Amino acid sequence: MSTPTKSRPAPPETDPPGDSTRLVRGSLPRRASWGALGAATLVAAVVAALTGFSVTLFVLLVVVLYTAGMYVWSRSAEGRRKAADRAFTSVVTSAFLIALTPLISVVITVISRGAERFDGKFFSYSMRGVVGDGGGAYHAITGTLITSGLATLMSVPIGLATAVYLVEYGRGRLAKSITFFVDVMTGIPSIVAGLFAYALFTLVFGAGTINGFAGAVALSVLMIPIVVRSSEEMIKLVPDDLREAAFALGTPKWKVILRVVLPTAVAGISTGVTLAIARVVGETAPLLIATGTTASTNFNPFSGQMATLSVFSYYEYASPGVPPEPYLARAWTAALTLMLIVMVLNLVARSISLFFAPKTRS
Amino acid sequence: MAKRIEVEDLDIYYGSFRAVRNVSMTIHPRAITALIGPSGCGKSTYLRALNRMHELIPAARVEGRVVMDEQDLYAPGVDPVDVRKHVGMVFQRPNPFPTMSVYENVAAGLRLNHKRIRKSELDGIVEESLRGANLWEEVKDRLGKPGSGLSGGQQQRLCIARAIAVKPDVLLMDEPCSALDPISTHAIEDLMAELKENYTIVIVTHNMQQAARVSNYTGFFNIGGTGEPGELVEIDETPTIFSTPTHTDTEEYISGRFG
Ligand SMILES: Nc1ncnc2c1ncn2[C@@H]1O[C@H](COP(=O)(O)OP(=O)(O)OP(=O)(O)O)[C@@H](O)[C@H]1O
Ligand SMILES: [Mg+2]
Repeated sequence: MSTPTKSRPAPPETDPPGDSTRLVRGSLPRRASWGALGAATLVAAVVAALTGFSVTLFVLLVVVLYTAGMYVWSRSAEGRRKAADRAFTSVVTSAFLIALTPLISVVITVISRGAERFDGKFFSYSMRGVVGDGGGAYHAITGTLITSGLATLMSVPIGLATAVYLVEYGRGRLAKSITFFVDVMTGIPSIVAGLFAYALFTLVFGAGTINGFAGAVALSVLMIPIVVRSSEEMIKLVPDDLREAAFALGTPKWKVILRVVLPTAVAGISTGVTLAIARVVGETAPLLIATGTTASTNFNPFSGQMATLSVFSYYEYASPGVPPEPYLARAWTAALTLMLIVMVLNLVARSISLFFAPKTRS
Repeated sequence: MAKRIEVEDLDIYYGSFRAVRNVSMTIHPRAITALIGPSGCGKSTYLRALNRMHELIPAARVEGRVVMDEQDLYAPGVDPVDVRKHVGMVFQRPNPFPTMSVYENVAAGLRLNHKRIRKSELDGIVEESLRGANLWEEVKDRLGKPGSGLSGGQQQRLCIARAIAVKPDVLLMDEPCSALDPISTHAIEDLMAELKENYTIVIVTHNMQQAARVSNYTGFFNIGGTGEPGELVEIDETPTIFSTPTHTDTEEYISGRFG
C-alpha cells in the first residue's frame, strides 16, 4: 500500500452514466432473418394455396410479410435505425433478385435448349447441302468472328483517336459538335446502321452489294460511339499531375499522350473496347440487311453473303423446315454459342484490366 | 550546366486575370533561391512561368522577358519543349508514373526524348541520378518494382531523381517537402544542398525555417488584396531578408505577424 506523499488535485469527475449515453442496445438473435424468412414463406405458401396457388402472389407475399415482420420485430427490439436498415436491406435485396430473374431464366433456357446440338459437328460443319437433321454453324461462327473483327479493327483506331482529340486537344465549337454527334450516334437504332451500310454499299458498288464488310461497317457505326465514350472517360481519369510531370521533362505533347497518358489508361480503354465488341457481336438487324446469310462457309468479307451466328439463329428459328425440331435445336445452340462468346469477352475484359492496371505492388 | 536567369518585368495572366505583376529578379547559378509569401500570391504561377509550364493552362499567358544564357525564353520561335529540357521541375505532390517501375521512372525523361540510348549508359545514368537523389541504397534491390509502391518521401526523391536524370540546368521545386515527414524533409534539404553545386535551384516553400536553412537568396511575394495581382516585394541574400529586411511587410510576414 503506497499512499501518495503529495496531494494531487482530484481528477475531474465524470457525469454519472445516464440513459442518453447507453451504447449497448438490444439485438435480434443471430439467425433472426432466416427464421423470419422461413416463417414468411410458410404463411405465404398457406395463403397462396388457399387462394389457388399463384407464383406472383406467393413471391409478393413473402417479400411484404418478411419486410413488415422484420421491421416490427426489429423496431421493438433494436430501435428505429436498425429497423429501417433491415427494411431497406430487404427491399433492395428483393428488387435485385427480381431484376436477376429474367437473366437467370434466359441463361437456363438457352443452356438447356442449346445443349442438344452443342456437339463437335455443330462447330465443324456448315449448313451446305443440309436439309433437316445434322449440319452445324461453322460458317456462322467464322462469319461472326470476321464481321466483328473487322468492325473492331475499324472502330478502335477511329474511336480512340477521337477520344484523344476530345480530351487532349479539343477546344471550342468543333469539339462540342463532335461530342454532340457522338451522343447522337449512341442512340442510332441498329437497323438504321444496317440500312446506312446497305445504302452506302449500294451507292458505291452498285445495287445488291451485300457482304461481310458491309456488315462490319454497320457494326462500326454502332461501335465507334461506345469506344469514344468509354475511352474518353478513361483518358480523362489520367491525373493531370502525370501529364505535367512528363511535360516538365521536356517531352513533346504527342509523346506525352502516347507514352504516358495512353499506357496509364490502357486497362480501362481495353475493357471498354472489349465490352463494345460484346455489345455488337450479337447484333442481328444490321447484319440481316448488310451481310445477308448463306449456307456455306465464306471467308471473304468482300464478296458474297456471309452467315453470322445471330442471323443464322434467327432464320433457323423464324423459318424452320419440316420437321422443325433440328432447326430449332440449331437456333438455340447458336444462341448459346453467342452467349458464350460474350461471356468469354467479358472475362477477357476483366483479365485485361487486371493485367494492365497500374501496379502499386508486384 | 548551372545557368543564371534574369527575369525582366514579368506579368503573368490567367485569361484576363493578372495573377502576378511586374516581377524582375536575378536568379543566381549554383545557389538556392527560395520564394516565400502568403497563399495565393502567385509563387507557383511565377515558378511555372520560368519553364513555360504556365502556358499549358488554356488562355494562360505571360508578358515580359525571362533571359537564360542571353536568350529570352519567351522570344518567338523558342520551343517550350526545349525550354523544359533545360529547366526541370519537381512538384508539390510526388507524381511518379504509375505504369513504370522505379528504373523506368528515372529513365523516363531520357527514353521519352532520345531515340536511342545504350542500356549500359542508361543504367549508369539511372544509378547516378538515384544516388544524386539519396535514394539508391533504398531502392537498388527493387528497381523493377513499380515506382508508386514507394513511400511518399521516397516517391518525392524518385521524382527528383527523374528530374535530374535529364541533366537540366535549372531545377524548380514547388513546395517539394510539404507532403513529407521531418526525416524525408531533411533528406531532401540535404539533397538540395548537394545539388546546388551543379544546378540553379528555385524553391517555393511555406516553411520559413526551411527557407532560412537551405537557401542563399530569398524572395518575398505579397498580394495587395483578393483579386489584386501578386508582386515581388523584395529579394536579397537570405541572412539579410531574415535579419534586416527593407520592407515592414517582409518583416511582419517572417516574424509570423500575418500571412
Ligand atoms: N489555373 C488557374 N486558373 C485561374 N487562376 C488561377 C489558376 N491557378 C491559380 N490561379 C490564381 O492565381 C493566383 C496565384 O495562385 P498561385 O497558385 O500561384 O498561388 P501560390 O502563391 O502558389 O499559393 P499557395 O501558397 O497557396 O500555393 C491566385 O489568385 C489563384 O486563384
Ligand atoms: Mg502554390
